[in-house]
Amino acid sequence: MSPSHEAPRSRPLAGTGHLVRLILRRDRVRLPIWLMGLAGVTAASANAVIGLYDTPEERAGYRATVENSAVTRLMAGIPYDTDTLGGIISYELTALTGIVVSLMVIFLVVRHTRAEEESGSAELVRSAAIGRHAAIAATLSVALGAAVVAGLLESAVLIASGIGSGPALLFGAGVAGLGLVFTAVAAAAAQLTSSARAALGIAGAVLAVFLVLRGVGAIDETALTWLSPFGWQDAIRPFGESAEAWPLLLMLGLSIVFFALASWLVARRDFGAGLLRGRPGRTRAAAGLAGPTALALRQQRGLLLGWAVGLGLLSIVFGGVGREMQTMIESNPDIAAVIAGSVDDITRGYFAYVMTLLGVTTSAFAVSSALRLRHAEESGHAENVLATAVSRSRWAWSGIAVTAAGTTALLLVVSLVTSVSHAVVSGDRALLWPVVRAGLVTLPGALVLAGFAVLLHAWAPRWALLAWAPVAWAFVQAYLGELLDLPGVLAGLSPFWHLPRVPVEATDAAPVVLLSALAVVLAIAGVLGLRRRDLATT
Amino acid sequence: MATIELESIVKTFGAVRALDGFDLRVESGEIHGFLGPNGSGKSTTMRVLLGLLRADSGRVRLLGGDPWRQAPDLHRRLAYVPGEVNLWPNLTGGEVIDLLGRMRGGLDERRRADLLERFELDPARKARTYSKGNRQKVALVAALASRVELYLLDEPTSGLDPLMEAEFQRAVHELREEGATVLLSSHILAEVEALCDRVSIIRAGVNVQSGTLAELRHLTRTTVIAETVRPAAGLARIEGVHHVQNEDHRVVMEVESDRLEAVVRALADLGIASLQAHPPTLEELFLREYGEEVSA
Ligand SMILES: Nc1ncnc2c1ncn2[C@@H]1O[C@H](COP(=O)(O)OP(=O)(O)O)[C@@H](O)[C@H]1O
Ligand SMILES: [Mg+2]
Repeated sequence: MSPSHEAPRSRPLAGTGHLVRLILRRDRVRLPIWLMGLAGVTAASANAVIGLYDTPEERAGYRATVENSAVTRLMAGIPYDTDTLGGIISYELTALTGIVVSLMVIFLVVRHTRAEEESGSAELVRSAAIGRHAAIAATLSVALGAAVVAGLLESAVLIASGIGSGPALLFGAGVAGLGLVFTAVAAAAAQLTSSARAALGIAGAVLAVFLVLRGVGAIDETALTWLSPFGWQDAIRPFGESAEAWPLLLMLGLSIVFFALASWLVARRDFGAGLLRGRPGRTRAAAGLAGPTALALRQQRGLLLGWAVGLGLLSIVFGGVGREMQTMIESNPDIAAVIAGSVDDITRGYFAYVMTLLGVTTSAFAVSSALRLRHAEESGHAENVLATAVSRSRWAWSGIAVTAAGTTALLLVVSLVTSVSHAVVSGDRALLWPVVRAGLVTLPGALVLAGFAVLLHAWAPRWALLAWAPVAWAFVQAYLGELLDLPGVLAGLSPFWHLPRVPVEATDAAPVVLLSALAVVLAIAGVLGLRRRDLATT
Repeated sequence: MATIELESIVKTFGAVRALDGFDLRVESGEIHGFLGPNGSGKSTTMRVLLGLLRADSGRVRLLGGDPWRQAPDLHRRLAYVPGEVNLWPNLTGGEVIDLLGRMRGGLDERRRADLLERFELDPARKARTYSKGNRQKVALVAALASRVELYLLDEPTSGLDPLMEAEFQRAVHELREEGATVLLSSHILAEVEALCDRVSIIRAGVNVQSGTLAELRHLTRTTVIAETVRPAAGLARIEGVHHVQNEDHRVVMEVESDRLEAVVRALADLGIASLQAHPPTLEELFLREYGEEVSA
C-alpha cells in the first residue's frame, strides 16, 4: 500500500521521536515482561548450575554427558568450556536466551510495522506530520534498544551470580548481537509480505533454519555452525581460555545485509503494490465455495501450505541427521561405552526426541488455526456467516474440522518426510514405520492444545490468547525438558509428556486414546460455550 | 401477524443499557424506518433480531419464531446488511455475494446481475481493495439479490454517494411491490421520509415514537430562511409556523411540512429576495422534541 499523503521527501525521518514514545507506551507491559522473564530464567538457571556443579568431578560428569549427547548438541550447540562453571551456565543458557531475545525483537518489529499497516492505524499516523521512514526507524530503534537492554540484563545477572565481569559482558554482548540480527531479519520479512501473520512466519522460519544449521553442525562440529548466527554466538566462548569478540562483527555484518535487503524492499514494495492492485479475480465463486467449511479451508489454505513447506524442510533435515547419530557412535567406541547402549537405541532415542519436538511445533499450527474462529468473530466475518442459515454449531464445527484435518495432514507430512529422509540418507529401512508412528502418536497432544484454545475462546474470549501459554510450555518441556530435569508435575502440564516415546517405547494405546478423548471433550465444551454466549460485535 | 415483535427488550453491555425496555412492531409487507442518533441502539436491535445477541429480558418474535433458538431456519427467510460491512479480504466481491447467497439458501441470478450493473460494482476485485462504499454495495447486492420475506438493513446507505443512494431507494421500492417487509435503520430523517410507510424512533434504547409518516408529520418541520423586500411581519400568526426570528428583512422560522404552501404565499406577498428551505435533521428534531443535544 503506498501512502497517499507523503510527508515532504526532505525529512523522511520527521516524527521518529514521537513514534518511539508511542511504541514504548503501547509496549509498557509487554516489553518489561519479556526482559524480566529473560533475566529471571537466567538468574534461576545460573544459581541451579552453581549449586549442582561446584566440584571438578561434578563438572567432568556434566561434560561427559553433554559432549556425547547428539540430542543436546542438536538443541544447544557445541559444548565449549564445560569444565568451568561459567561454561556450563553459558551452555545451559545460550540456546534459550538467544531464542527468547530473537523472538522478542521479531514480535516487536512485526507488530509495529506490518500489523500496524494492516489494521490501518499506520495510515492515521502517516497522514500526520510524520516522515515516510519514521515508523520503521522508530520501530527498529526500540527493537535495538530492547536487544541491548536484554544483553545488559544478562551480563548484570551473571555478574550478580558471581561470574567474572569480563566474560559476563561478552555473554551479554552475544545475546544483544542476536537481537540485532533478528531485528534486521524481521524488518526484511515485514517488507516482504502483506500480512503480519506471514511476516511472523517468514522471520520464524529464518530463526528455525539458523537453529537447525547450528544444531546439525554441532553434532559433528562441522563448518555448518559457521552459517548460523547462533553458531557465532557459541564461538564467542566467553568462558574459554581464548574468548573471542570478533564473532560479534559477523553478527553486525549479517544485520547490515538484512537491513540493506529491508530498505531495498521498502523502495520496491510501493512500486510493486501498484502493479498488483489491478489484477482482476474471479467474478463468481467456485461451485465448492458454498458453506462454512469450504470458507474456513479457503481462509486457512495459505497458512497450511506455509506450515507444510516449513515443517517439510525441517523434517528433511531432522530425518537426514539420524545417520549422523550412527556415524558418531560407530567412530567413537568411548562414547558407545559411556552411553552403554547400542547404535540402534541411540538412533531411536534421537527420533523419539525429534518427533516429539516436531509434534509440538505442529501444535502451534493447530492453535493458530483453532484461534481463527476468534479472528472470524472479532473481525466481523462471523457475523456475515451467522446471519445466514448457518447455525452457531455448524460454524464452530466447520472451523474445528479444518483445524483437526489440517493438523493431521501436517503431521502426516512431517512423519513421512522425516522417515523417508532418514531411510534415504542412511539406507536403512528398519525405522521407516516406527518413525512414522512416532510422529503420528503426537497428534492427540496437538489436538488437546487446539481444543483448549477453542474452549478458552468460547468461555473466556478475553483470555483466548492464553491458549499460546501451553504451547510455549510444551515446547520448553520437549526441547529442554531433559536438560532442565523438570519435576513430573510441571512436565506433565504438557500433553506431549504423557504420550509414549515412540520408537523407544512401545506405542501404548491408553494415553493416546485418553488424550484424543480429552481433545474431543474440550471441543464439545467449546462449541456449547459458543452457542450460549453473545457474538462479539465490532 | 406482525413480522417483527419486540416487547420490553433490555440488553446491557456491562454498565451500558443499549436497549432499555424497547418495543417495536413491524407488520408484514411494510417498509419500516428505524430512526435514531448514533449509539441509540439500532445495531443492537438488529443483532437481537438475528439471534447474534441474546436479550437480557423481554419478548422477541421474528417471522413467528424465536431468533435465539431458531436462527438458521429463520435466516433462510431473511437477508441482512450489517451496519459495518467487514468482508474477507482475500475473496472477490463476486465470490462474497455467491457465498453469502448460497449459505442463505440461494439467490436470484437475474437480480444478482441486474443489481451489480445498477450499483456499478466490479465483482472481480478483491475485497481488500474496496472502499467503504463498495464494501457496502457488496453487502447490499448480496442481500437484495435474495428473494426473501424480510430485509434487515442497518444504515445501508451511510457509505454511498447520492447517485447510488437514489439507486438504493429504487431497489427498496421494488421490494415493496413484491410484498417484502423491510426494516431500514438510519440516522437521516430525509431518507426514511422518502422510503418508509411507518417509522419508529429510538433514543437511548427506548422507542420514543412509532407511527405512520402522517402521524409523525408534526415532527418534520422545515426550516425556512428568507429575505424579503418589505419588512417581514405577521408571519408568526400563520398556523403551523414556529420559532420565528425576525430582523427587518430577514426571517428564520420552522414550518410544519404540510403548511409550507401558506407560508410561501405569504412570503411572496412580501416580495422574496432570497429563499432557502431545508428539512430538519434528526439532531434538530431531537433538540426540539426533547430539549437535549444528541451526539452525532
Ligand atoms: N459489544 C458491545 N460492548 C459494549 N457496548 C456496546 C456493544 N455494542 C454496542 N454497545 C453500546 O450500546 C449502545 C448502542 O449501540 P448501537 O446499537 O451500536 O447503536 P447504533 O447502531 O444506534 O449507533 C452504544 O452506547 C454502544 O456503545
Ligand atoms: Mg449502528
